[in-house]
Amino acid sequence: MRFFRPGAAASVALVALPVVALVQAAMWGAGDLWPHLVRHVLPQAAVETALLLAGVGAVVAGVGAGTAWLVSCYRFPGRRVLSWALILPLALPTYVSAYAWLDVMHPAGPVQSGLRALLGLTDPRDIPLPEMRSLGGCVLVMGSVLYPYAYLAARAAFDTQGADLLRAGRSLGAGGWRLLRSVGLPMAWPAIAAGTTLALLETLNDVGAAEFLGVRTLTVSVYVTWITRSSLEGAAQIALALLVLVGLLLALDGWARARARGGQAVREMVRPDLAPLPAGRGLLAALLCAVPAFLGFVVPGGYLLWAAWRRVAEFGLPPALGAWIANSVLLSAICTALVLPSALLLASNARGDGRPERRGVLDRALLRLSMFGYALPGGIAAVGMIVVLGAMDEMTEGLARWVPALSGTVGAVVLAYYVRFLAVPAAGLDAAYLRIQPQVDWSARSLGAGPWKTLTRIHLPQLLPALSASALLVFLDAMKELPATLLLRPFNRETLATALYAEAARGTYEEGAVAALALVVVSLPVIILLATGGRSRKTPSIRGAQRDPVGPAKEHSP
Amino acid sequence: MIRPRSALFALSLLLAPAAAQAAEVNLYTTREPGLLRPLTERFTAETGIQVNTVFVQGGLAERLAAEGSRSRADVAMVVDVGNLMELVDRDLAQPVRSGVLEGAIPANLRDPQGRWFALSTRARAIYASRERIPEAEAAKLTYEDLTDPRFKGRVCIRSGQHPYNTALFSHLIIEHGEPWLRDYLTKLKANLARRAAGGDREVARDIMAGICDVGVANTYYAGLMLSGRGGDEQKRWGEAVRVVLPANETAVNLTGAVVTRHAPNRAEAQRLLEFMVSPEAQTVYANANFENPVRPGTPTNPIVEGFGSLAPRDVSMPEVAARRTAVSRIVDEVGFDR
Repeated sequence: MRFFRPGAAASVALVALPVVALVQAAMWGAGDLWPHLVRHVLPQAAVETALLLAGVGAVVAGVGAGTAWLVSCYRFPGRRVLSWALILPLALPTYVSAYAWLDVMHPAGPVQSGLRALLGLTDPRDIPLPEMRSLGGCVLVMGSVLYPYAYLAARAAFDTQGADLLRAGRSLGAGGWRLLRSVGLPMAWPAIAAGTTLALLETLNDVGAAEFLGVRTLTVSVYVTWITRSSLEGAAQIALALLVLVGLLLALDGWARARARGGQAVREMVRPDLAPLPAGRGLLAALLCAVPAFLGFVVPGGYLLWAAWRRVAEFGLPPALGAWIANSVLLSAICTALVLPSALLLASNARGDGRPERRGVLDRALLRLSMFGYALPGGIAAVGMIVVLGAMDEMTEGLARWVPALSGTVGAVVLAYYVRFLAVPAAGLDAAYLRIQPQVDWSARSLGAGPWKTLTRIHLPQLLPALSASALLVFLDAMKELPATLLLRPFNRETLATALYAEAARGTYEEGAVAALALVVVSLPVIILLATGGRSRKTPSIRGAQRDPVGPAKEHSP
Repeated sequence: MIRPRSALFALSLLLAPAAAQAAEVNLYTTREPGLLRPLTERFTAETGIQVNTVFVQGGLAERLAAEGSRSRADVAMVVDVGNLMELVDRDLAQPVRSGVLEGAIPANLRDPQGRWFALSTRARAIYASRERIPEAEAAKLTYEDLTDPRFKGRVCIRSGQHPYNTALFSHLIIEHGEPWLRDYLTKLKANLARRAAGGDREVARDIMAGICDVGVANTYYAGLMLSGRGGDEQKRWGEAVRVVLPANETAVNLTGAVVTRHAPNRAEAQRLLEFMVSPEAQTVYANANFENPVRPGTPTNPIVEGFGSLAPRDVSMPEVAARRTAVSRIVDEVGFDR
């Protein structure tokens, strides 16, 4: 009956490995740090974390859904360019963006110097611009880099299921806000929630940007406890407590999706008609879409270009640049190839036979558990992984001649990536599955197709857009991955991210600009694929869904 | 089909352990590889021993501990006395007896049992604005002065939890005790011009930009900036500050190394350490990163020379490391980073 459950369970078991190691580490600790942490650290850190999550969440959901709505439903100047420019921030790691923004906005940087020159001022204290090293600055940096998660998800939702409903809404006289509020948002809500959840998990995971901008989040506390207080036990304890918060986030996400259960099945994959906008409003729409791309990509990307150009002009290209690129691309590709099949198993397993009320609690839980790896602070997850690998190597020590140690190999890095990034395609495929009507499954079954055949012949073609989008997202995430790569990689092997960090660690982060820029440049083709992937979907590729075997998709109240 | 095969080939290249070398030494380091490369290249040229490096930050000790007896690491090289002592305290280092090392490194900068060795030192200096702090006033500045009400809203410093700062505060706690440090940090916090965040170089840049007038940062950042190696812009940051080494009481931190407990190439590891304290290598330390060599008689870089003569506080380095937990607790208690 449960055809996919063993595979799904095995995938989750891999993700659970470092968590188990951390639980063990947490239990070594007597917990004597807690009175201190509870009194002086955690309350403030919890407040900062909550504010950061709320801020980033609002920015990501608002900007992502808003721009997706405009691009999917309206015709305005620059729409085509903006439709993919809005994804570009995905190429930038948050910590790089934080460095860049601080430099750009610094009193000694171009913006303030320019303003002073313009206004004829000399004292930097005369221009009271808001400080980047603050919660607000951090929300700006993270929000502007992470909103594409929600944008992509919302666009997929509008583009694959919106046409009919929107046409109906428009014919009934709804327009603008009303159409968005009563048709667009309810329809795309699960997708927006899924995208925002990923962005929030990434926010929770971040240390580099938050620490650099002076925001003391719970995750920063985990690191300080580990590194400065020399207490891995304490760090593991906080990290595990954080996982409870993650559980909460995921539950919220599940609730959001459950709320929007009815009526979101794919009827036809036809994009909505683009409504023309009058000139003034058209320009406003273009401006609204240009601002996020400008803040998220043009500012930090432009800064990198300038810094890298100055470096290269003076010192030439780093001789190892080619090797860094090759290592980054190869590792990310291997990771993507491993993660996708597992995610497909997990999502299929969680779907069951398609009827929401028949979905097993266990199978839903497996899917949710697979996301924990994404939410654990990367460095802490990597330490958990190191402990696991060490234990495995110890077990095989007697067989050292035949079984090479796993620690310090590429295999270790790949395993860590798997644990970290399984969540990305799992969430994406789960959302995509919601859009396939259960009737499709029943018809397939009644015609004699087993679960495997249903998956490969019926579901897979319909999941293809989500699958390729997930693959590209995982690839981009893996390209940017830093803490696990840094801790686990073999000798003499650098990726773009570690090479760039090696400079940043010394405080000479402009020397890392070339590697950072290369990271962006190598990611660009992937992003363009991600952006244009939708374009070829104009004609429905799945005849089964088109023909609607069970009849027109009206309200199917199960 | 060729494609799957060539992919497999690439994979096997990646997965295969490094080809067996005649002689090699494996190095885990928290020192930036760009900094070490000139040294390791010379070492290989001189000895024929290949150096394999992996640059790690947080977690070097965890990786060594987890790998246990199957670890391939021979030498662990770290920044900050706290990180160095952690390797010793967790029993990840083994004792080394070497006349060369003992002859080159002063006794207070190495373990009597030979489990750790300092390779360079760095001073935690006070940066003062050349423009806004008169030279006479700047020259007399001490760490204690930074809490003076006259500096209200004029001080910049990075996170109080950063190892460079916990080491500095450990020096102060050894001299003055815990209640004093609590009071000190409270007052210092009250004098800050901005959140305690960012890095040491931001202190110089913020002083240049007028955000603050004094700050705390390591000497070598000023050396790097003034050398012009980071470009003209950074040179201006460096020129905006006067680097002050508090007389007779400068807090000094160190970089150092251990031979790991399970080092498979122990002899090569020892040779690498011995090379690192040779006059030649110590000169590279001084000139490539503007640190202070440990080997007596090695000249410091002229730029660093210009900061004045270094008179370190007379403290035991392991004790500085031992105090950092207490310091870190107090930093939290006074809400220094908030």
